Amino acid sequence: MQAHQRMLDPTPNGQNSGESPLLRTIGLTKRYGDFLANDSIDIDIWPREIHALLGENGAGKSTLVKAIYGLIQPSAGEIRWQGQRIVLSGPSEARSRGIGMVFQHFSLFDNLTVAENVALGLDGKESFKDMSARLEQVSKTYGLPLDPKREVWQLSVGERQRIEIVRALMQDPKFLILDEPTAVLTPQEADQLFIVLERLKAEGRAILYISHKLEEVKRLCDTATILRGGRKVETCNPRLETAASLARMMVGGEVKEVKAASGRKTTLPRLVVNDLSLAPAEAHGVRLEHISFELKGGEILGIAGVAGNGQDELFAALSGERLSKDPGTVVIEGIAAGHLSITQRRKLGAAFVPEERLGHGTAPRMKLSENALLTGHAASGMVRRGFIDTAATLKTVDRATETFDVRKAKRDPEAASLSGGNLQKFIVGREILRNPAVLVVSQPTWGVDAGAAAVIRQALLDLATAGAAVLVTSQDLDELAEIADRIAVMFHGKLSAPLAASEASREKLGLLMGGSSLEPKEVAHAAGA
Amino acid sequence: MQLVLEKRAERSGTIALVSPLIAIGLTIVTMVILFAILGKNPLLALHAYFIAPLTDGYSLQEIAVKATPLVMIAIGLSLCYLANAWNIGAEGQFLIGAVAGSWIAVKTQGTDAGAWVLPAMLILAASAGALYALIPAICKVKFGASEILTSLMLVYVADLFLDYLVRGPWRDPHGFNFPTTAEFDPVATVPLLIEGGRLHLGSIIALLVVAAAVILLGRTIKGFEIRVVGAAPRAARFGGFNADQLIILTFAVSGALAGLAGIIEVAGPVGHLQPGISPGYGFTAIIVAFLGRLNPLGILIAGLFLALTFIGGEQAQIAMKIPLDVTKVFQGILLFYVLACDSLILYRFKLVFPNRQVTRGAG
Repeated sequence: MQAHQRMLDPTPNGQNSGESPLLRTIGLTKRYGDFLANDSIDIDIWPREIHALLGENGAGKSTLVKAIYGLIQPSAGEIRWQGQRIVLSGPSEARSRGIGMVFQHFSLFDNLTVAENVALGLDGKESFKDMSARLEQVSKTYGLPLDPKREVWQLSVGERQRIEIVRALMQDPKFLILDEPTAVLTPQEADQLFIVLERLKAEGRAILYISHKLEEVKRLCDTATILRGGRKVETCNPRLETAASLARMMVGGEVKEVKAASGRKTTLPRLVVNDLSLAPAEAHGVRLEHISFELKGGEILGIAGVAGNGQDELFAALSGERLSKDPGTVVIEGIAAGHLSITQRRKLGAAFVPEERLGHGTAPRMKLSENALLTGHAASGMVRRGFIDTAATLKTVDRATETFDVRKAKRDPEAASLSGGNLQKFIVGREILRNPAVLVVSQPTWGVDAGAAAVIRQALLDLATAGAAVLVTSQDLDELAEIADRIAVMFHGKLSAPLAASEASREKLGLLMGGSSLEPKEVAHAAGA
Repeated sequence: MQLVLEKRAERSGTIALVSPLIAIGLTIVTMVILFAILGKNPLLALHAYFIAPLTDGYSLQEIAVKATPLVMIAIGLSLCYLANAWNIGAEGQFLIGAVAGSWIAVKTQGTDAGAWVLPAMLILAASAGALYALIPAICKVKFGASEILTSLMLVYVADLFLDYLVRGPWRDPHGFNFPTTAEFDPVATVPLLIEGGRLHLGSIIALLVVAAAVILLGRTIKGFEIRVVGAAPRAARFGGFNADQLIILTFAVSGALAGLAGIIEVAGPVGHLQPGISPGYGFTAIIVAFLGRLNPLGILIAGLFLALTFIGGEQAQIAMKIPLDVTKVFQGILLFYVLACDSLILYRFKLVFPNRQVTRGAG
């Protein structure tokens, strides 16, 4: 039986022969109400293997690893660890058995030091001093430099991730789960992480690597299991597949390619930012420093950068959620707007799509028609003498539904009941239907399935073709390469000079994202400042 | 086996309607136990509380009279609560409105002042209530002071101020030293709807307030603004709505309505200013607002229901010697159950059986 399974499993590493899988799930099923998040999933993880778990948002990846890490109890099926059936009472039992996990969203206390944070996450009873020493030793051994005495809020996202990884490694796991670890890293930081992962593999550990970046998976992973709609589609060797064939398995069909209209004409500047500096609104926020750029009609400017480098603050300053004392810092359609409210900026022809769909872009427990009114009340004829024209708000919902293929259970459901991709299509549609002169959009396809992402990117391109100025902030360099004409990088609240998309290689962008400058002269200047 | 709360995908409309009824049901069960502990026949007590007041015309009028201030105050409070502004001090705004309106009545006492007196009293009372409510609102917006504490503390200031006035400067010289003003002149009195009855014009005003609130919340952009600021503050800011302005506005409106209710009570059923003009209307209205699901029509029904408990409590005291305080216990338990049942709108109970059995053969 085992041998048979083994043959089906195309693990390339010959040295696994004769061993049993380190971890195996058999028919693992998790049911939430009527919804099957995991439907009878079989997966084998071998020692000395980097195993990719691929799938779109909502495919069931997180549910599966939460079950393996003991965070949730499966509804049916079983988990075997080194051949033995186990029922995990919780993550601490998983850790004590040798299963470690690094989450995508860090659980760190900003105001505590690195060592304190690690101490809080460990179950052991060793003294703080011994623990600190071991922390330094582990971080040195694996080339993950960390200063135990620094407070977390001073650290970059990459450094914060290192804390999580070191914390997991200090428990000497046989099996480590990493949830989208490169989502927050620059390309160079990702390369460093891969070296660490290769080393862990060489030590005989197994790694389950969750990602949707296909090139990365092809490069790093020995095996890939693809999930779709809660079911296992395939287990394969990613090196023998192409990115396109992996994508087909993930999506279950061809992904539509996004096409830019050729010969787009640019017009006069529609959005100009002049030397915008803004103190952070909250503790540990990022200070915007001397940001300037010009965006013409018909043009898409991409802003790359690791999360937390001032993108949120820039969005708030552009949208008018935060005002600037100097009106001239933000100019929309030739009118100084730095001091104008978000409603007044909308009346000038600007539209905004924030990163957070629920709670920022929409009121989750309100209907779509009410959420159409949320941004449409300013300039869409939805309000007459203080009274709401309900028919007009519903019409916006219907038009967005039709134009952007928003799938929903009824005509006017609550925003929270839509899937991420469909809600994002509604939000982007709601703004584009107002024919904005300027669209500022943050993370347009974050956590969105591939089909919806293609629809949204195409809509942004079409809007630019129609003459609007579009500013896209994204952490996804592939996305920016696909749609942007020029790309600038945010780092520590500063914005680099934009590069033409054709010149913006991953290496160049990666250097800028890590805070280096492309010209040595400027590095010296920055160091002196 | 364990009982867990599971989040619903979408809020349940059915439960939103049924939850106040479940709360009332649970409250009645609790009351039956309480009556039994007090050594009273629970069935007779429930009859005295809920059935007897509905069987004669006088009590029915009295229910409407009691419901009038409750509904008016609760409508104002519901606007605050929808906008996430926590006005707990409606009782104080009610008293200040009563005092301000009474000032005109006292000053025009015995003069030949005409029909302008009552409208002037109503306007002054509403303005005073609004201004009094603005104190906590402005402290909240300017200094970040908790409006819950400041609005509540101002209740006692208003209470003692009223006490001082009726024991001092405004005391009726012919009133045998009782702490009360003289009986108001007819021009300073809210007219009755039925000659010789108890029902007065204030009930009509309360109905108009309910209608206005229905339109405000359902049809206007201002009403939408109030709802969205409370439901999703960050989305509201993104929509261009200013939460601080709304705190000011909703506090002012609810203070005005409480003040108006205060003068209507004094110039109507009571007829003069004295301590104890309110059996806690401003606090009971909080229960009315939540029992009515912060919905104007729901508040109308909830106001009538709680008025029934006031009247029923009096009847139970007379007929069965059940202390009047039991009414307050009843109202408190009711609020507790209402808030508890509300969690069922977004969550549901589910029995979970731990999955320890092997569900599939090992081979």
